Amino acid sequence: MKFMIVGKANAETEAGVLPSQELVDNMHAYNESLAKAGVLLAAEGLYPSSQGAQIAYSGGKATVIDGPFAEAKELIAGFWLIQVKSREEAIEWALRLPVPPGHEGVGLDVWRVFDPSDVPDDSMPAEEREREEALRERLSVDQPDD
Amino acid sequence: MTASDTHRAIEAVWRIEAARLIAGLARMVRDVGLAEELAQDALVAALQQWPESGVPRNPGAWLMTVSKRRAIDLIRRNERLERNLVELGHRLEHEEELPEVDEIEDDLLRLVFTACHPALSMEARVALTLRVLGGLTTEEIARAFLVPESTVAQRIVRAKRTLADKQIPFEVPQGAELAGRLAAVLEVIYLVFNEGYSATAGDDWMRPALCEDALRLGRVLAGLMPKEPEVHGLVALMEIHASRSAARVGPSGEPVLLLDQNRARWDQLLIRRGLAALEHVEELGGARGPYALQAAIAACHARALNPEDTDWVRIAGLYEELAKLSRSPVVELNRAVALSMAYGPAVGLELLDQIMDEPSLKDYHLLPSVRGDFLYKLGRREEARAEFERAASMTRNARERALLEERAAACRGDTG
Repeated sequence: MKFMIVGKANAETEAGVLPSQELVDNMHAYNESLAKAGVLLAAEGLYPSSQGAQIAYSGGKATVIDGPFAEAKELIAGFWLIQVKSREEAIEWALRLPVPPGHEGVGLDVWRVFDPSDVPDDSMPAEEREREEALRERLSVDQPDD
Repeated sequence: MTASDTHRAIEAVWRIEAARLIAGLARMVRDVGLAEELAQDALVAALQQWPESGVPRNPGAWLMTVSKRRAIDLIRRNERLERNLVELGHRLEHEEELPEVDEIEDDLLRLVFTACHPALSMEARVALTLRVLGGLTTEEIARAFLVPESTVAQRIVRAKRTLADKQIPFEVPQGAELAGRLAAVLEVIYLVFNEGYSATAGDDWMRPALCEDALRLGRVLAGLMPKEPEVHGLVALMEIHASRSAARVGPSGEPVLLLDQNRARWDQLLIRRGLAALEHVEELGGARGPYALQAAIAACHARALNPEDTDWVRIAGLYEELAKLSRSPVVELNRAVALSMAYGPAVGLELLDQIMDEPSLKDYHLLPSVRGDFLYKLGRREEARAEFERAASMTRNARERALLEERAAACRGDTG
């Protein structure tokens, strides 16, 4: 299963303050350990919200709100996408993340990522399914390749 | 944290630490079986102590310390290892500081090559690899391979005994031997992947989960051997195949063939990872290896937004190279299909007719079934009917037989 570890933003990340070299090195080592364990799918750091935008809806209308956004603690500063066996394993990896000293409050969220194979694909209309049946009659044309 | 929470947390730690732990211990005691038992002992100790004391800050180091202490105790008591006792005991007692990263990686690599040693049967290699490198329990392996747990336990015990009896060194082979042994390692990982991939989703979640286990092992190996193109080739192949997991099973669990799959359900992240791994293979100059070629074929499909965009000319060319490497009639059959898609059924038929008498394809129903399809497309309905009927009599799958019989009947309808 896939999990996303989300690093929360704070006043410093929102101000675009670059992390210390030590933290950068630790983060690098951490990412390396995820990759070496074969669990890392993707990891990205995010720019401060001043570089982004929010889309708000009201009465069926969308409004674009330019960043920065007010509540730093509700924002995110980066994420890791990992593939592991259990929620506990995701949490264990999250616990190993290097956190700058003196950090207080929620620093990370761990989210389970939805997997398309969790639900069957029933989006196919009946007509298309018939076509699919007909195609299948060609029988296993590329089965060994699939 | 409740006791069961702690148990699950310990399982998670085990999954992360087992391979490094066993690898480090195996180097010290020079016996994979003994190392695995020592690591298991430490796990039992953790299960006893952590629910009360809490999970330690550095669980990996805790497990290593406990295992080493057990090793020293055991060596003092064990006559079997008497000849090594002085040296070994001394080494263990003085190796208190944590090993360097490079050292751990060397140990892990040695563990990979030892667990996949040709002296072991294929089943034993698979079981031992999943156990010591994948951190799977005997029960999980048994469920994944649909065999009784006692069978898996026996395979592992026997494998460890074989390694000890034959005094198989805990090492990575060097020079010319490496290529052959690496092929054996890749074969084990790909076999695990296919075991999970050939099982359709649904009933047993353990089998699809094997694909993830194999991918993880492949990614670990790619990290350990970054310069070996075939390792990246295998990873690319597995990433791209895995990207189709959600699309290859229909609503009622029936398999959906590649060209019929809903491509919106392909996992684009895995495709990108696969394509990146393949690019890496090319940079390393290994694009002509068997796994790299298969990955390149899979990549052709992955790159096509619609089935009709598929680059069949390139696929046919890649199959031709693959056929030269493997001389497998099944590859030739696939090549014939690719040729027919690229240049029309007559070209495919020409190749197919060259392998019709291949003894290894004598009972392979896809051969007459594909030939029937080519003939049908060429308007040779009567010959096509005979081939479909032949294929129907050969397949053991009832659903497939029904389809083939329908096709045969359709040929008759067209002609009469």
